[in-house]
Amino acid sequence: MLIPVLIGMSIITFSIVHAIPGDPAKAILGEKATPEAVAQLKESMGLGKPLFIQYVDYVKGILSGDLGTSFITKTSVAEEIGPYLAATMELSFAAMVIAVFFGMNLGILAAWRHNTGVDYTAMVIAIIGVSVPVFWLGLMEQWVFAQDLSWLPSNGRIDARMGFEPITNFYFIDALIQGDFVAFGDAFRHIILPAVALGTIPMAYIARMTRSSMLEVMRSDYIRTVRAKGVSEFLIIYKHTLRNAFIPILTVFGLQMGLLLGGAILTETIFSWPGIGRYVYEAINNRDYPVIQSGILIIAFIFVMINLIVDLLYAWIDPRIQYGKE
Amino acid sequence: MSANTTMPTPTPSPVPKKNEPKIEGTSRLHEGWRSFLKSKSAVIGAGIVLVILLIAIIGPMLLTFGYNEVDANSRLAAPSAEHWFGTDDLGRDVFARVINGARISLWVGFFAVSGSIVVGSLLGLLAGYYGRWLDVLISRIFDILLAFPGILLAIAIVAMLGPSLKNAMYAIAIINVPTFGRLMRSRVLAVKQEDFVLAAKAIGMKDRRILFTHILPNSWTPIMVQGTLNFAIAVIEAAGLGFLGLGAQPPEPEWGKMLSDCRQYIQSAPWTMIFPGLAIMFTVLGFNLLGDGLRDILDPRMKQ
Repeated sequence: MLIPVLIGMSIITFSIVHAIPGDPAKAILGEKATPEAVAQLKESMGLGKPLFIQYVDYVKGILSGDLGTSFITKTSVAEEIGPYLAATMELSFAAMVIAVFFGMNLGILAAWRHNTGVDYTAMVIAIIGVSVPVFWLGLMEQWVFAQDLSWLPSNGRIDARMGFEPITNFYFIDALIQGDFVAFGDAFRHIILPAVALGTIPMAYIARMTRSSMLEVMRSDYIRTVRAKGVSEFLIIYKHTLRNAFIPILTVFGLQMGLLLGGAILTETIFSWPGIGRYVYEAINNRDYPVIQSGILIIAFIFVMINLIVDLLYAWIDPRIQYGKE
Repeated sequence: MSANTTMPTPTPSPVPKKNEPKIEGTSRLHEGWRSFLKSKSAVIGAGIVLVILLIAIIGPMLLTFGYNEVDANSRLAAPSAEHWFGTDDLGRDVFARVINGARISLWVGFFAVSGSIVVGSLLGLLAGYYGRWLDVLISRIFDILLAFPGILLAIAIVAMLGPSLKNAMYAIAIINVPTFGRLMRSRVLAVKQEDFVLAAKAIGMKDRRILFTHILPNSWTPIMVQGTLNFAIAVIEAAGLGFLGLGAQPPEPEWGKMLSDCRQYIQSAPWTMIFPGLAIMFTVLGFNLLGDGLRDILDPRMKQ
């Protein structure tokens, strides 16, 4: 199942250049391009070859780690994409932590206090959270918390004046490795606003799913038995109910990762976060097609891998689920 | 079904009178309307959607300012009795632009969702009904399209076709196709095992007639519910593409584009950002609430 999906993904990203209406080389170079420049680009991109041969060359390139060369920076995409990827992964992870922590607890609270004011308030928060556009939320955060109140920085990953030298490009890890807690704190302050903006919609979905899933499990006989035994409410919820309510929540988590990776393009653009989303966005503006192709392919690949991991986690969380057995 | 077969003496059903189906239909409609009114979510959602629909249809006719009317003397003016939502950097009335933007957003949502429903349902019908290689092929296409985060695929499509509102609509329609396709396929798989379909096959009815007169009407409910929910998603996606400059182009008063055009004035003229954003949020909220309500009324299984 994974192989056809990966092949299909490569066909779609390959088509990004070839489905451009008209002559792709002309479209890439713009209206004022000379015929010589167009011919040269066609030659370098192999656009003169039959389509199937071009596709085979493209796939061979990907498999050997060649993601093409940026038209703008003239650097190999595989070389320059690393720091962008790390920045996006750091932001997505932070957003998911926020989404899972607040979403699950909001859902648990709503289920625990079912049909009360707490439940209604939590669900109103969740439905508004699902409906708020990520880019607007980000802009409002910037206005209120960065510009009006000046509590948090509005742009970038870290204050450039600190002269922080990354090692792995995961700034939190790098700051810890270097024992630079000032840089750690600064990176933390920088990530709060974009992570909250990015994590809000997944948070709302997780809250809704946790509530309905918890309500279903809480009505079951074994929870009634546990309660009759006098187990504390905290243990009933966090130990006995949550584990069995976790499968639907995990499904939502996997699906939300797609929303997160997609939302990263918008969030990174607003907060000037130097991630892969902004990298692709700038490439679209510059018609830098190798970067667009590779950026989109990598994000989709990460999304597919996350869903694969989620599938495997099902079996780990719920031993009743077994793959490959009838 | 098994309960029926174990009944010892099944009561013979009375011969239906001529006007009986009408009474049954009316009472069903009445019952549906009562369940609808009972659902707070559906009522509030429908209310919001209705208001936005009215704004989109008659709003532009009642405005004093055109959405592209420039008043150079009142650039970035704060909300006032004259300009309820203030003016933007070119001195255009933000209220007029937000009201006109409702038309664009609803049109994009309608086109994209109906397009994806038609294509997705058709593919889902074929995959579910005929099965075998056709099912494998169509299902793999759905899997591939779903392997991309929605907005990312839309961006890729617009990057191919060029930025415009029309291309954004196509892109949003394409990315929503697998959602409806999969839903329809799963419904068809269940419905085609029903007795009435087997009976239709047994009397030699043609596949096309079985598909469109028997299977489709019986698989329609979850598609409609999902359509309402996807309308909300389509509005957000269109605004997102507009915000990135890949959707509507100037001077179209598209809400996402309005936000990106006035980003730099967020501190000095926040009204240029607040109102278009609220408009997106309320539209999405309305469709989400309506979709949730309809799902609870029409198809509670989907909730799971």
